[in-house]
Amino acid sequence: MSLQDKYASLLDAAKNMGVANLSVAEQGGALHVSGTANSTADYDALWNMYSQIDPNMASGDLMMNIDIKANAGASLKVTTDSTNLNIRSVPSTEGEIVGKAAHNEVVTLVEKTDDSWWKIRTAAGEEGYAYAQYLSPM
Amino acid sequence: MNYKNIIPALMITGAIAVMTPSCSSKVPDATVKTNAEAVVTPGVAVEVKDGVVTLSGNVNNDADKASAEAAVKNLDKKSGVKSVVNNIAVTPPPPPPASVTTTLDAATQQKVMDGIKDIKGVTVTFTADKAVLTGEVSKADRMKIMQMLAAAKVKSDVSQLMDKK
Repeated sequence: MSLQDKYASLLDAAKNMGVANLSVAEQGGALHVSGTANSTADYDALWNMYSQIDPNMASGDLMMNIDIKANAGASLKVTTDSTNLNIRSVPSTEGEIVGKAAHNEVVTLVEKTDDSWWKIRTAAGEEGYAYAQYLSPM
Repeated sequence: MNYKNIIPALMITGAIAVMTPSCSSKVPDATVKTNAEAVVTPGVAVEVKDGVVTLSGNVNNDADKASAEAAVKNLDKKSGVKSVVNNIAVTPPPPPPASVTTTLDAATQQKVMDGIKDIKGVTVTFTADKAVLTGEVSKADRMKIMQMLAAAKVKSDVSQLMDKK
């Protein structure tokens, strides 16, 4: 079974959801899928499908880099487990902490600096870089 | 003479006369199409009308477009190709997907370590091309780890990452 066959249901779902710039290619023994999902719900649905097709996602045969549509000015929810999210002066944990956003707080996206760090602004006016893993477009 | 049989016979002859084109040794369009389809590059569509082969569809580059036309023109006269119209479009392949993996330089390694900093039960080491994760994590944390690795575009080995009991 080719990798495109293995992940056929995931690829179909991505198309049906309207994932933008959907790109699918087989390279070096892995299926590379990238694109921009319209919502966090769509993103989560695709990841759930991945973990169903490949239990524990252990095969290492899918590289799925889907980001979530969020333009400057979009509202983001802080999705840490319970702790505050540090806002830093530069996009790295080396950066000085210039503010904090609480678990479930809503902040505003200033710029998606890269896939791991986004520049945000809180309602209180603190602006800096936070780890994108913990920011969900609403 | 039995006139009753003449009318159907004339009708059949007439029908044959209409259906048969003027050149009696013409290769049927369907056969020409099969012959052309056998030699064109994948992605090329073939239509044939009265021996004129029209090529359409998409290929990756100009060379493929030209070689499809040449291949059909090269066919033996018996294949029935009278001429070729080349309407093939050249569409370069899409750029490689954004998820192509990055090299595990210091900055990327730092990204991975930052990513698991707040997740309990997991540690990471790095080989030349992979992040190797070990430990015991919940299913929810495993999902977070995999999503973080995908965002960092890092190849990973999670064979030693167990489920938390």
